[in-house]
Amino acid sequence: MAGIVSYGAYMPYYRLPRNVINAAWGRGGGRGEKAVAGFDEDSITMSVAAGLDCLKETDPKTVDALFLATTTAPYKERNNSTIVATALDFRRDARNADFANCLRAGTAALFSALDAVKAGSLKSVVVTAADMRLGGAAGEDEQALGDGAAALLIGDGRVAVEIEGSYTLSDDLVDYWRSHEDNFVRHWEDRFGRDAGYMKIPVEAAKGVMAKLNITQKDIAKLCLYGANVRAQQTLAKRMGFEDSQIQNPLLDIVGNTGAAQPLMTLVAALEEAKAGDRILLVSYGNGSDAIVFKVTPEIEKIRDRRGIKRHLEIKRTLDNYGRYLRWRNMVSLPPFNVPPGAPASPAAQWREHSSALPLYGVKCKKCGTPQLFLSGSSTRAHVCVECLAKDEFEPYRFADKRGKVASFSHDYLTGGIDPPVTATVVDFEGGGRGEFDMVDRQPDECKVGMEVEMTFRKMRYTYGTHTYFWKCKPVRD
Amino acid sequence: MPGSIKDRVAIAGMGCTHFGERWDANTADLLVDAAYQAFEDAGIEPGDVQAAWVGTQNSGMTGMTLSEPLRLPYIPITRVENACATASDAFRNASYAVAAGIYDIVLAIGVDKFKDSGISGLTDGSTPGPSHAMGSVGMPPRSFAMLATTYFARYGLSYEEGKHMICRVSWKSHVNGARNRNAHFQREVPLETMINAPMIAWPLGLYDCCGVSDGSAAAIITTPEIAKSLRKGKEPPVFVKAVQIAMSPRDGNYNAKFDYTHVETTVRAASAAYKEAGITNPREQISMAEAHDCFSITEAVTMEDLGFSPRGKVRDDIESGFFDLDGKLPIQTDGGLKCFGHPVGASGIRMLYEMYLQLQGRADKLLNPGMPSRQVKNPKLGLTHNLGGRPDGCAIFVGIIGLEGA
Repeated sequence: MAGIVSYGAYMPYYRLPRNVINAAWGRGGGRGEKAVAGFDEDSITMSVAAGLDCLKETDPKTVDALFLATTTAPYKERNNSTIVATALDFRRDARNADFANCLRAGTAALFSALDAVKAGSLKSVVVTAADMRLGGAAGEDEQALGDGAAALLIGDGRVAVEIEGSYTLSDDLVDYWRSHEDNFVRHWEDRFGRDAGYMKIPVEAAKGVMAKLNITQKDIAKLCLYGANVRAQQTLAKRMGFEDSQIQNPLLDIVGNTGAAQPLMTLVAALEEAKAGDRILLVSYGNGSDAIVFKVTPEIEKIRDRRGIKRHLEIKRTLDNYGRYLRWRNMVSLPPFNVPPGAPASPAAQWREHSSALPLYGVKCKKCGTPQLFLSGSSTRAHVCVECLAKDEFEPYRFADKRGKVASFSHDYLTGGIDPPVTATVVDFEGGGRGEFDMVDRQPDECKVGMEVEMTFRKMRYTYGTHTYFWKCKPVRD
Repeated sequence: MPGSIKDRVAIAGMGCTHFGERWDANTADLLVDAAYQAFEDAGIEPGDVQAAWVGTQNSGMTGMTLSEPLRLPYIPITRVENACATASDAFRNASYAVAAGIYDIVLAIGVDKFKDSGISGLTDGSTPGPSHAMGSVGMPPRSFAMLATTYFARYGLSYEEGKHMICRVSWKSHVNGARNRNAHFQREVPLETMINAPMIAWPLGLYDCCGVSDGSAAAIITTPEIAKSLRKGKEPPVFVKAVQIAMSPRDGNYNAKFDYTHVETTVRAASAAYKEAGITNPREQISMAEAHDCFSITEAVTMEDLGFSPRGKVRDDIESGFFDLDGKLPIQTDGGLKCFGHPVGASGIRMLYEMYLQLQGRADKLLNPGMPSRQVKNPKLGLTHNLGGRPDGCAIFVGIIGLEGA
């Protein structure tokens, strides 16, 4: 039976307290905080992070496709999912696709993955859902919207979670939208969206799936809802006939509304607590509603070692500087850097390296066994062994999944960038090999020679309409 | 069996411009100034030059960088580039041409004109180019700062101890630079000011970093016989004892053998230079040196790599004043890169120029009025050292020049 074989999630390290935002605008109060992606993160990098968590015990070469869901894809024309699949080291014949432009993109991608696996055309699919919708400065969305990602591995056979059934309603009800001209989400009058949309359509979908499966509210252990605030979710749950206690905590106070990622992130949070036999009802919302009933199997116990939602909630740092956040989001005008801009990155040079640089492959010498990561800036491909000088006697060796220790570092205040200082770091990998990377999600004061770091996929620079993606390192925090 | 340059060629004359932010001068102005100073010092005419090597990192292409401003007609000129070892490598190649007996009188000259770029650091290499597919790119300080980070950690120095040590290096260079009217920075700076200066690349602050300057320096290289005859009645010629270049395989940031507490390439170049010059105990035999102090930590580590201080012990020598002008082994007697300045393509010959003046006893030629002498007493051998690139991947030059018979 097709179902969920593994899950993972990602939440950015920084949390922006709502009272910090309010204080910047001369307002008091503000409840909780929201997770904010770093200056070098986007929906692609967060999808990679969630994917890494999800694929902890899975060889990525065995996965047949990557379906990426987001309303904040960095590219309109360029397959966002293929960047994620390449970074995660999928096969070149993986069938990747972007699911976009709707808050139900996560559940839409999940349906397609399940259908393909059920039909037997794909054996396994990773679904990632990530979002980082931007709220305009001083507005309500700035308070509400948070950043994050979830990933599900869909497969066949001994699944951890079965999908019992689903019910979908499509409805072009325009309550929230962004056109190609909009940086920020637009809303129609809130009461229209609430009364004609949010409080109605998910109720029909939830009741639809329960009727289809001939189950009642009592058969459901947890209810995972999309929704902008806790009170609205409680009202919605009540209309569906559920008790407050059945609602899975949607993390709105501590993470924020993560858009297309929210339904799957909430599902992952529910799965972390679920026991074999539990039924979970997930209801997404956005131009309609998808309601899906999951049933947890005993296999769930085998996939407990994830950062998921719970551990990511603890890996955090308060961002108490609203100006820094605005700078990350390019929402303030900065003085021009006093270093001339670099030449645009060449797509040809990036393409030449993408099979090694994006999944972070080095090589291992077949003669002397030395792992080595050759990073000259313009190439990741070595020809002559650094140890025994054998020529072209290498086999591929991946570094993205290796941890390492800091051999040296410096906090560079001169190079500038969006979030100075840049912590240039030389990493000695466990098992051998060394590379130089920027370190992120670190406090300058905590950096020490010998500290343990792991790899994280990030944006490097943006020229001529394309991002250069590569790996950085960050402290291991669990 | 490699041969040796020792005493096979001599320097008949040298010249060096004022280094600094030369808003008044362009590349040609600087080259003409340095070259004509050298011609005058050697007592030759431009037409006596049979071949030339012009080093520049970023201020010209081809030998025409030199032939055009000097109007040198149809002679062979090679443009040399080897990062911060550029000028020294021009000098090395020029020395070999004379030693080979191909030419009698040649010119080695270096120049760079950086300050039209409008930025406070080096433009080259600090921004990624089109083929830069991945990875981090930054200006030079961060990679040298890593030497300090790991040196402090390996030898158990607290930040305060380590910072004091490296600032003491720069403090000494400011004392020397203040006595030199051709230096970029001619002001003594209190150690406390240096220690508390703004960070550039932690743990390196403002005073741990050398300036970026405009300037040019030149040398006339000839046979010992011609040099002696040209300098008859003047200070003696200075003899070339060793010119060695070593190139690292640039693998320090992917080969875990690179320890970020020393620069093996310097050790190799120095060992070859000592062999060439017949030096067995550099700490005792070398009278003075101009080492590549692009950053204070570079000089500190280089003192160990050159064999001037025992491994891990340079702090004792720095803090005791061993390398001060009145110490046993004065370093950066002209202020070094730190204070004399660093037009990359000229610095190597500028270092030789200072050693040349000191060996001839005329270091006070450039003394700032009212300052005490900066002449080293009876020097016999002077060493120069350049590090081009970054510690983990560099072109190293080590040269030794000295008086006849030294």
